[in-house]
Amino acid sequence: MDKELDKEPLGEKPGESQSRNNDQTGHPDDIIHEVTGSEYKYGFTSDIDTDIIPVGLDEDVIRLISAKKQEPEWLLEFRLKAYRKWLTMTMPTWAHLDIPPIDYQAISYFAAPKKKDGPKSMDDVDPELIKTFDKLGIPLEERAALTGMAVDAVMDSVSVKTTHREKLAELGIIFCSFSEAVRDYPDLVKKYLGTVVPPTDNYFAALNSAVFSDGSFVYIPKGVRCPMELSTYFRINAAGTGQFERTLIVADDDSYVSYLEGCTAPMRDENQLHAAIVEIIIENRAEVKYSTVQNWWAGDKDGKGGIYNFVTKRGLCRGDHSKLSWTQVETGSAITWKYPSTILKGESSVSEFYSVAVTNNYQQADTGTKMIHLGKNSRSTIVSKGISAGHSQNSYRGLVKVTPKATGCRNYTQCDSLLLSSTCGAHTFPYIDVLNDSSVIEHEATTSKISEDQIFYCNQRGISTEDAVALIVNGYAKEVMNKLPMEFAVEAQKLLAVTLEGSVG
Amino acid sequence: MNNLLLDVKDLHASIEGKEILKGINLQVRPGEVHAIMGPNGSGKSTLSEVLAGDPAFTVTGGAVDFHGLDLLSLSPEDRSHEGLFLSFQYPVEIPGVSMVNFMRAALNAKRKYFGEEPMSAGDFLKLMRQKRAIVELDNKLASRSVNEGFSGGEKKRNEIFQMAVLEPRLSILDETDSGLDIDALRIVAGGVNKLRSDSNSTIVITHYQRLLDYIKPDFVHILYNGRIVMTGGPELALELEERGYDWIKEAN
Repeated sequence: MDKELDKEPLGEKPGESQSRNNDQTGHPDDIIHEVTGSEYKYGFTSDIDTDIIPVGLDEDVIRLISAKKQEPEWLLEFRLKAYRKWLTMTMPTWAHLDIPPIDYQAISYFAAPKKKDGPKSMDDVDPELIKTFDKLGIPLEERAALTGMAVDAVMDSVSVKTTHREKLAELGIIFCSFSEAVRDYPDLVKKYLGTVVPPTDNYFAALNSAVFSDGSFVYIPKGVRCPMELSTYFRINAAGTGQFERTLIVADDDSYVSYLEGCTAPMRDENQLHAAIVEIIIENRAEVKYSTVQNWWAGDKDGKGGIYNFVTKRGLCRGDHSKLSWTQVETGSAITWKYPSTILKGESSVSEFYSVAVTNNYQQADTGTKMIHLGKNSRSTIVSKGISAGHSQNSYRGLVKVTPKATGCRNYTQCDSLLLSSTCGAHTFPYIDVLNDSSVIEHEATTSKISEDQIFYCNQRGISTEDAVALIVNGYAKEVMNKLPMEFAVEAQKLLAVTLEGSVG
Repeated sequence: MNNLLLDVKDLHASIEGKEILKGINLQVRPGEVHAIMGPNGSGKSTLSEVLAGDPAFTVTGGAVDFHGLDLLSLSPEDRSHEGLFLSFQYPVEIPGVSMVNFMRAALNAKRKYFGEEPMSAGDFLKLMRQKRAIVELDNKLASRSVNEGFSGGEKKRNEIFQMAVLEPRLSILDETDSGLDIDALRIVAGGVNKLRSDSNSTIVITHYQRLLDYIKPDFVHILYNGRIVMTGGPELALELEERGYDWIKEAN
């Protein structure tokens, strides 16, 4: 795939742009028209026979989860240790968020679509499940599976199906659910689990480490360039549950992988908790691209319901010349608390963070990144685009830290806010901590508002207000959208338009 | 039916409670060029913005017929689709939206309004190239964000370029000559003249006779204090150039 493919529908060379417009990904302008008038289309629930444990959390519940997953003793110990630590911790309050009290005893910590003894082929998977993922645009049957993309589909607490795995196995690539990895590759999991995000890292990380259910495991062996996008699709379906997924990605020396995650949930009046951990380890000269399109149910226009998305994502650029790129498009969730971060340990390691965070109605987002420079000559780039509408609150929070020995480092941060209403808020909390003289840090920030003059100018040219906002917002977010793999970029553009529908006027 | 493209009858409009237009009457036939002149603050720009449907203004009286349609009941975008084009005095910058994307959205919105399919990418690019030539607009400008970082002259040329693409029935040029050096003025006026036909009409709003040397009007109106106080032929503009506006002010 051409990673630098310009998503501008028209370039300067007519032949080239024609071929772009003829591909099946569609034209961005058409997409905007297509979605004008649509609402959250993932809000349905599926009637799936679900094994759900009673609400509440104590050591017995953790033992039960571990037993259900037939885990080894060391992993149960890992969980219990995290749980005991969690009991001593308090929820962080430093974020610019108004989080209602959460009753952790009112949540069920494990919900799994029931299955006949471990489905081995598609015939054993509940047809309703296949239908659900079809509806989400994620066909699970191999013959229908998305070409060029392997998908791990996670429903509530368990992975349902991973596509293309045999093809990947030929290259020595491991792409499976976290549970399977524990069973089939215990040494790898044991070696890396908790090394980037220790169970004691923060309140939600400790909770996740105690009760995590499923997620994806990726291992790219030395020198292998993963030939397709790897993708995990997270779906919350059951009511009264939380989702606590765990993802672990290891890229060995000289390897490359592009990984995507997508998330949706039904529309419910209650708030549901999603507290995930993602750990990424990147060895010498290896590269990982990690892209997220987060579209959890955001609550209704009065702020009722929605997902609490409290996530710890962190990568360790352990090897020299290793590289990690984060790209996130955050449009969903009632409350987002999320700071995908990179520890740049290797010399000349590189990390990028490209983010678009959109909030509308009563959504709250406190999101950003941390770039911790430990290695000499390491470089990082942060481009954050916040878009706030309605009564929402949208904060960027970032830390750039350069340690005394990390000489010759570079960071460039660009932090933009776009306001679409007079009742929303945009906030920026950048922290910069540089402890040597030879590093260069740049920070730029802008705040803008779509003006009535701009809207009228578009109107006068025949462009409706909704389309004008979509044009302007997509233009504003383009720099980040262009970093997404093509399939996701189109989806993400649609999302922006839908999320902001009716927000100007 | 009379043969009028635009028929403005006793139009009143105000902004924030202050009346700016105090009974405008104006008739424009297909193929005609009308110049509206007048001192600062007389309501020239307001007239163009009210006709285009700027929501900042409130119409408090009168009616406007636009080739058989009740113009004032149409949304700004429908007025555009129906063939009304305003070349803005101060074209606004829209960062991040390329001219190409912008024009494509505008053109396809119009096609959709008339039940036509969106134009293919190839045809659209051909059209862009062809229309750009009319105002000698650089290819690079077309790929930049709308008006962002354009010089004053480039912005005005860009307005006429958009006019060329949208092929309006009635173009209102609001002080298109302001801020233009003589070369840019010649190019812009040349573009307008190339687009003139027997079926479309132009209203030129200007302070100066200079522009009218290039765009020859059929009628010249003098707008003062919210009313058209005098109408004549091209010679009226020359007289204004010589005598200024004071005698108009004194007479009214």
